[in-house]
Amino acid sequence: MLAKRIIPCLDIKNGRTVKGVNFLNLRDAGDPVALAKQYAENGADELVFLDISATLESRSTTIDMVRKVAEQIDIPFTVGGGVSTVEGVETLLKSGADKVGVNSAAIKRPELINELSKAFGNQCIVVAIDAKKVDGTWLVHLAGGTIPTELDLFEWAKEVETRGAGEILFTSMNNDGVKTGFANEALAQLSETVNIPIIASGGAGTIQHFVDVFKNGKADAGLAASVFHFGEIAINDLKQELQSNNINIRL
Amino acid sequence: MDVTIIDYGAGNIQSIQFAFQRLGVNAKLSNSVQEIQNADKVIFPGVGEASQAMEMLKKSKLDLLIPTLKQDVLGICLGMQLLCKHSEEGNTKGLGVFDVDVKRFSNAVKVPHMGWNTIQNLQSNLLKEIPENSFMYSVHSYYASIGTQTIASSEYELEFSAALQSDNFYGVQFHPEKSSKDGAQLLQNFLNL
Repeated sequence: MLAKRIIPCLDIKNGRTVKGVNFLNLRDAGDPVALAKQYAENGADELVFLDISATLESRSTTIDMVRKVAEQIDIPFTVGGGVSTVEGVETLLKSGADKVGVNSAAIKRPELINELSKAFGNQCIVVAIDAKKVDGTWLVHLAGGTIPTELDLFEWAKEVETRGAGEILFTSMNNDGVKTGFANEALAQLSETVNIPIIASGGAGTIQHFVDVFKNGKADAGLAASVFHFGEIAINDLKQELQSNNINIRL
Repeated sequence: MDVTIIDYGAGNIQSIQFAFQRLGVNAKLSNSVQEIQNADKVIFPGVGEASQAMEMLKKSKLDLLIPTLKQDVLGICLGMQLLCKHSEEGNTKGLGVFDVDVKRFSNAVKVPHMGWNTIQNLQSNLLKEIPENSFMYSVHSYYASIGTQTIASSEYELEFSAALQSDNFYGVQFHPEKSSKDGAQLLQNFLNL
């Protein structure tokens, strides 16, 4: 049976992980390759690297990092952040990324999803959507959630699926960083709306939150950053608990 | 040992090369008929769309070469599907090494089938020392049916071929290069055949 996936997310700047990582047994917590290796050994099913580099120069450092991760890590990984062209995606895939995440660029120019899907296949195109519930409506936001758009989350999700997205990474901005659980209602509705896998992001604080996101949110994968980075939740404990809740998981 | 990965422009072959590197083997990339013919082991990868991939094979006449190879050949993902009789994807005639057809999952399930799934009924030396119900990583929208050449099965919507074998030809639907220790074991087994 297909397992639900647990995905740690790492923020990358200038080829290094940022946003504070506090791992035991890691001499240099900023090294993405060492971190990725540790996560893979601890049972992570996939990894997401979010490149928050601002300059072209620092992006090329990220490419080097992608190559090193691909060399050493034997689980799939996605690279996102600032991806806006077919050429950019090609470079990432050729460097060894399995999937590429697009967000703002797809909102600004939705045809990009068609172009990427045609060039590389929909299996490697993850469309990331940041949305916030405003007066009862889930509105899609741009640029890391800073700029609101007129787009409705569910309409946009349907459109990206039609255009060739292979997967959706949905971050609820209402839940992100609050650690009170995922946006399960919206997630469940999203799963009803589209027929591609959904990665849930935003809100993980406890193991129970992951149980809920799979049972109530019907998510295919759960993504989190700080609870993993700071060792608040060990992936192996999480997976044991999911299994004892009859959730199919790779152990 | 000379391990050659067929490089016909389809997909992420870098990861396969890295996976062999982790096993201490320097696999080379080639689209030369002669080089592929002379290799000890051949990897036939593929990611993307079936009819386009077949066109690319035809351009370099690899469609004629591959079915005649005498050494061990491992098709991965789309590579495996192209070794089958026919694919619904782009209504593509396959290389006919495996006697099964490739069909699309229905919309009763999420497509693509993406993530870690178990493999069962393991039957070949390719899968030696890999326990029943091991998890392998897959990403695909089309599947090869079950047939007499099925050497491992998997379930998603229905039971399908996770791996196939016909004499020296092997195929796996999943990505051993991304399937952690069990995937690495499979690649090592392929080298040991």
